[in-house]
Amino acid sequence: MDWIDTLLIPAIKAIVVTFGLLLGFAYMTLAERKICARFQLRYGPNQAGPFGIFQPIADALKAIFKEEVVPEHVDKWLYVLCPVLAMVPAILAFAVIPVGRPFVLAGRTITLQLADINVGLLYPMAVAGLGAYGIVLGGWSSNNNYSLLGALRTTAQIISYELPMALSLVALVIVTGTLRMSGIVEYQAALPLIVLQPIGFLIYFICGLAETNRSPFDFPETENELISGYNTEYGGIKFALFFMAEYINMIVVSALVATLFLGGWQGPILPGWLWFFIKTAVMLFVFVWVRASLPRARYDKLMHFCWKFLTPLAVVNLLVTAAVVLILRG
Amino acid sequence: MQDNYGFLGLYLLIAIAFPFVALGVAYLLRPKRPAPVKSSTYECGLETIGETWVQFKAQYYLYALVFVVFDVETVFLYPWAVAYNRLGLFALVEALIFVGILVAGLAYAWRKGALRWM
Repeated sequence: MDWIDTLLIPAIKAIVVTFGLLLGFAYMTLAERKICARFQLRYGPNQAGPFGIFQPIADALKAIFKEEVVPEHVDKWLYVLCPVLAMVPAILAFAVIPVGRPFVLAGRTITLQLADINVGLLYPMAVAGLGAYGIVLGGWSSNNNYSLLGALRTTAQIISYELPMALSLVALVIVTGTLRMSGIVEYQAALPLIVLQPIGFLIYFICGLAETNRSPFDFPETENELISGYNTEYGGIKFALFFMAEYINMIVVSALVATLFLGGWQGPILPGWLWFFIKTAVMLFVFVWVRASLPRARYDKLMHFCWKFLTPLAVVNLLVTAAVVLILRG
Repeated sequence: MQDNYGFLGLYLLIAIAFPFVALGVAYLLRPKRPAPVKSSTYECGLETIGETWVQFKAQYYLYALVFVVFDVETVFLYPWAVAYNRLGLFALVEALIFVGILVAGLAYAWRKGALRWM
């Protein structure tokens, strides 16, 4: 281990991952608008460049050059800090996800993963949980009725989805026997875990929709009742940061589903990173598909659904998994 | 393995730097023309009455209490799940008792009406 291993390579990886996520975010917004438009028999953005591919750049420039109004009544420090609070955990959560097969370059084995830590599975859950603070405090510090209601709904949402989400992953850990991401991916060399844990997959995906504030669980930011909810008072780059946090969270959840349930970068013929990309893209498409198909629920319904259906289901799934693993082992 | 956590620290620096750079660039580039009407609280054209920072009834208060208990207990299941393959029947029975207490607690809370809006 010299400085190249300990400093240069991780730094390059960190920068590549950060910019990859930003690029992913930019084109996810375009893809979502395009796909949603197609679901509704429209064209979507198509003026900026061929197929509208320069639209995200135009949006970014607009966000930067837009005048920002900091309302008089807000809690200034928190108000400015909250977009950052929402954004940082969103970026951080991606760190443990392996995006491809390790390769050898100039005698060094380079893993396509920023940090292969031994609590790999707990890390993204813990970090993503912190992202909610940005939203809750952002809604509160705005001193606006709509924002406060949005913040309250976020809190309700967190205490609903976290429990079934965590329980569904415990069952997965029983099967793999490790929390390390690279270990989980290796385990799926022959068979993706979605085959062994279909119920866990469904529970995790539904909770992922709630975690990322996506339709049908987008209560904190409903446009038509709360006028964008927690970010009503935000504009310009601060709004863009909140928006980015949401989309990057979506990418992270999709990447996690791809890694944990769909086999990560494992796959025949094509290179590993391409498989990972395809699986993540499919999950992101499902996110948009769900948005285009389902009406919004109500947040007390989500709480009841999570506590009275998903949590018991996750417990049953956990116990059945444990019993089956024990029986198969003999 | 310590190094891997070091990588996370490095990544944290970049992750924190990015939003601040974005805020800073926008601060330098954007026009600043404040006006009293612009900076009033947004509420669909109505004048806001009073502050928003009032005591507000969260109808899911009891959910939150139950959640804290369950979340901590769920975390305890993770080490058990990791070691599960190396443990025997005894571990399963123990976890069954543990999860049984959890489920009984949930059933009790449900029965007592904690899982509805107050």
